[in-house]
Amino acid sequence: MKPADTRESFTSRMLSSDGAVSVLVVLLGFLVGTILVALVGKNPLNMYKAIFQSLSGYNIDNGKMNVRYIGETLNYAVPFILCGFSMAFAARAGLFNIGGEGQYIMGLTVAQVIGLLGPNVPGLHWALAIIGAMLIGAACGGIVGILKAKYEVSEVVSTIMLNYVALYLSRIICLQLPGASTYKTANFPETALLSNGFFQAITNNSMLNNGFFLMGLAVVVYWFIMEKTNLGFGLRATGFNREAARCSGIPVVRSIAISMAIAGAFAGLAGGIVALGSFRYGRVLSGMDNYGFNGIAVALVGNNTAIGTMLAGFLFGMLKNAQALMQGKQIPKEITFIIQGLIVVFIALRSAIALYLAWRSKRQLQKEVLAK
Amino acid sequence: MNTLIGMIPSILMIVSPILITAVGGMICEKSGVVNIALEGLMGVGAFAAAATHVLLEATGLGMPSIWISLGIGALIGAAFSAIHALASINLNADQTISGTGINLLADGVTIFAAQILFSADRTREFKMGMQTDSLGIYPTAYIALVVVVAAWFILYKLPFGMHLRACGEHPHAADSVGINVKKIRYIAVLASGLLAGLAGGCIVLTQTIQYTSNTINGRGFIALAAVSFGRWRPIGVTFAAFLFGTAQAFAIIANNFPALRVLPTEVFNILPYVITLIALVVFSGKNYAPRASGKPYIKGAS
Repeated sequence: MKPADTRESFTSRMLSSDGAVSVLVVLLGFLVGTILVALVGKNPLNMYKAIFQSLSGYNIDNGKMNVRYIGETLNYAVPFILCGFSMAFAARAGLFNIGGEGQYIMGLTVAQVIGLLGPNVPGLHWALAIIGAMLIGAACGGIVGILKAKYEVSEVVSTIMLNYVALYLSRIICLQLPGASTYKTANFPETALLSNGFFQAITNNSMLNNGFFLMGLAVVVYWFIMEKTNLGFGLRATGFNREAARCSGIPVVRSIAISMAIAGAFAGLAGGIVALGSFRYGRVLSGMDNYGFNGIAVALVGNNTAIGTMLAGFLFGMLKNAQALMQGKQIPKEITFIIQGLIVVFIALRSAIALYLAWRSKRQLQKEVLAK
Repeated sequence: MNTLIGMIPSILMIVSPILITAVGGMICEKSGVVNIALEGLMGVGAFAAAATHVLLEATGLGMPSIWISLGIGALIGAAFSAIHALASINLNADQTISGTGINLLADGVTIFAAQILFSADRTREFKMGMQTDSLGIYPTAYIALVVVVAAWFILYKLPFGMHLRACGEHPHAADSVGINVKKIRYIAVLASGLLAGLAGGCIVLTQTIQYTSNTINGRGFIALAAVSFGRWRPIGVTFAAFLFGTAQAFAIIANNFPALRVLPTEVFNILPYVITLIALVVFSGKNYAPRASGKPYIKGAS
């Protein structure tokens, strides 16, 4: 075979591999972001210094090391990863869950309610709050699934509506909580917090907490359900081809409802962890936290796999943690939102790759026919 | 009763941008492309209008500055929607993903630009916004009226409108009689971006004095809800926009009514979304949506 051919087949292989394309898309997002920073007259190097510091804790400018940054990056990654699973789980069953944000908000709200009003029993209190958060998330997702399966209501429209219902419902509920002002409630009792003394000790008092374990557990559960159970197989079959799945005896209506409920539980868990892990008081939300929306990007970058989504979540956590550092270096922190948005736009544009590959194989065929 | 009549100008102020955006979203879906990026497109339009107005006002231009700003907002909205057009029309991309990407991108781009232009996370405040006429009504209400009537006339009375609707119902049939599906869908998507950008400018120049990350606050999604609640028809969409806009207005002015003061104002914020959800369930099974909406058109495949 000629060398030119091997190179061509290498490009094809790269473009056909989901993982490689994800890496390419992320690099493209950073590239365009870097160019934008340079175009407005800032030094892109400062952006990468901030990202490096949030990743490693090492400050290049003064040579100081602070492990707290690593802890914060890991802590920020937790809700991104869980909201990513929320999107990914539904996507595997062929559904588009834009409702991660609403499910996250309801999880956060219920965790705050139980956190402030629940039994002050060590161990039981936060566990109860987290379970409540997951259940309400599952309920929010499950409603969407039932509407979709029974009434053919598009899950895209219904989840968008529920996001805002959740936001305002959360305000109504949280304003009734003890000590509520326009933006916060009273402090949580110690028993409700997810804080972990060991993590705080090794990461120089970062906010890293027991939520990290829960996230780890969620990764295993996601992988196990998807790859190893009949339920996961049914869901994936439904996602590949709904009609074929129905004909092979897979209960499609139930599959859709269950997959949306589990998706909602992941986002609800994220809300519970943020409420009781990253804050000492309940918040009265005035806007979206955007973890749910970014979870869509996380799952898309991670190709809906357990490991891929986790890695993408860490990337987003790192970017979020780098925001304050960038602002300190005169780089507008919104560049991270731009990079995240660009990544999603490029993922949408990646359907062009399929068109390109089809066009090339057609041309190849033409060449072969003409050569004969 | 007098209080109710006194409310009409504020209701019109809030309804107009929602209606303008919803009409754009309707045109887009009628041609077969779903545009959930309306929220983000309103954001870039609002930012562009606010920034232009602040900068032009400083030069002492006076009233024309408002109209130039509105125009710039609309053009920037259209420019951004070109991304969605390229992705969903040329590249057969998933339209929901592309729309989500534009919404995320708009969040970043607007505030990033504000940081560069004004060194703050919002635009500088402008001194004078749009002025009301002798009835206390903002010109945006008349703009909205023109937009609705023009959209109805073009969609239902001109051959072009019939072609556009054909592209959303059955693109293959449209193609077979010589209609250029891609071109028509491009025009529709760009029109929705133009109108969303215009509406964003209307919001920022009538309801506030600067652009912040909270300026749009879900109105794009309310417009999206108005499209499906209005069953993809101009008269229905107008009715839905009025219903939802009035609910929004009540969230702000409920305090004037002693009877409503017992309810949290958030109840009015929730109404549009809940009504839409219920309507979708009640009307389920009867498919009012354009049949090919949201599906990429691939020539030759059926």
